[in-house]
Amino acid sequence: MLGAYFPVLILLFLALVIAVAFVQLAKWLGPSRPTRIKYSAYESGMDPVGSARDRFSVKFYMVAMLFILFDIEVVFMYPWAVQYKQLGVYAFAEMVTFIIILFIGYIYVFKKGGFEWE
Amino acid sequence: MELADIGRILATILSIVGGLITAAAGMVYAERKVAALIQQRNGPNRVGPWGLLQPFADVLKLFIKEDIVPSISNKFVHFLAPVISLLVALSAVALIPFAHNIYIADINIGILYTLAITSIAVYGITLSGWSSNSKYALLGGLRSSAQMISYELAMGLSVVSVILLTNHFSTKDEYLRLSSIIDAQTTVWNIFRNPIGFLIFLTCAFAECNRAPFDLAEAEQELVGGFHTEYSSMKFGTFFLSEYINMFMASAITSILFLGGYHIPFEGLFADKINPTLLSVLEVMMFLTKTSFLIFVFIWVRWTLPRFKYNQLMNIGWKVFLPLSLLNLVVIAAVLLFIK
Repeated sequence: MLGAYFPVLILLFLALVIAVAFVQLAKWLGPSRPTRIKYSAYESGMDPVGSARDRFSVKFYMVAMLFILFDIEVVFMYPWAVQYKQLGVYAFAEMVTFIIILFIGYIYVFKKGGFEWE
Repeated sequence: MELADIGRILATILSIVGGLITAAAGMVYAERKVAALIQQRNGPNRVGPWGLLQPFADVLKLFIKEDIVPSISNKFVHFLAPVISLLVALSAVALIPFAHNIYIADINIGILYTLAITSIAVYGITLSGWSSNSKYALLGGLRSSAQMISYELAMGLSVVSVILLTNHFSTKDEYLRLSSIIDAQTTVWNIFRNPIGFLIFLTCAFAECNRAPFDLAEAEQELVGGFHTEYSSMKFGTFFLSEYINMFMASAITSILFLGGYHIPFEGLFADKINPTLLSVLEVMMFLTKTSFLIFVFIWVRWTLPRFKYNQLMNIGWKVFLPLSLLNLVVIAAVLLFIK
């Protein structure tokens, strides 16, 4: 069983080697002539103002949480889809119930303005 | 496991990975040539015949440029981000079947592995944006991570609808295996059974690859270079290489899920009459033709459509594609109940 995954492991290892080599070679092959201005963060030619380690919009957190919620629901659908033909009408009824409940949650988030970006 | 087996596996992996990197260079060239065609310019035509060596000259140039790491950045994560991007892009090819007997591995959870690996790509982008400690990079990284996870939902749901179809039409019994998905399309391609799923999947693939019209991450007028503003030399090139490899992967997966993958139309009529090696070669050519066509669509769309605004992008993802793909799933499930 695990034998089927063996080529994948080799590929992962090889991909890691290639990726590190690409990034590291650039460091070794290129020149290195550091100056203070060159190594400061780019801000359209001005001296950087403040730090980028600052607070950012809460909407990004909202999107991440909603993604986790809905993505878990999607994961539930995979085993259902794999056995759909074998389970027949029963599976259909169960999944429609599930999707309706999911959709009520979706409407709640919609009404609360969870999807608003204006 | 025999030593010969390991040698064969290594040879397959090396040729497919080598082919993938060369294909990425070819796609950069194709992108510039198609863009030139659409904008009535000549495009690259100085390096080599018809400018064919242009991408290799570009890579050489990128390698010998200075690697600038901003002094206030997080050095290790700054190094890690492009590595993750390329690692993910290259390892996604593991289960792609180029012909019925040409693949690196054939695992019974094929489509799940492919989706899982491709969704790790968001880490490379988020980490690169955060580690640079630059405002443009941070905003670009945040934007594209939010964008990628938003469109992944609709994408996952349209894959579920394909698995439903596979479950119904495939003659094999492992419905997540990529070869079973192709097997289910021997009579009719999934694009005809599930056109809405195809459109949703393709659009989400544009968004997942950060391609126009969803290239908000690198909206150069507002964010300079987006998440890779602070990257230079081949580190920058690594992001581009992985972007093009991702584009190839998205096209390959779309052609497997919806266009029948390596399956040649009417293959059943002549499959057992011709040489098996010839059949494999024909299948690889068929697969690459479908994939190249989709890559052309990617490029075509980029140079035709204007970029969306960020609120439009999120509105389409959450308010249109998510409910639409749920509805599409229910409709397909209902129709399948009545087809024997």
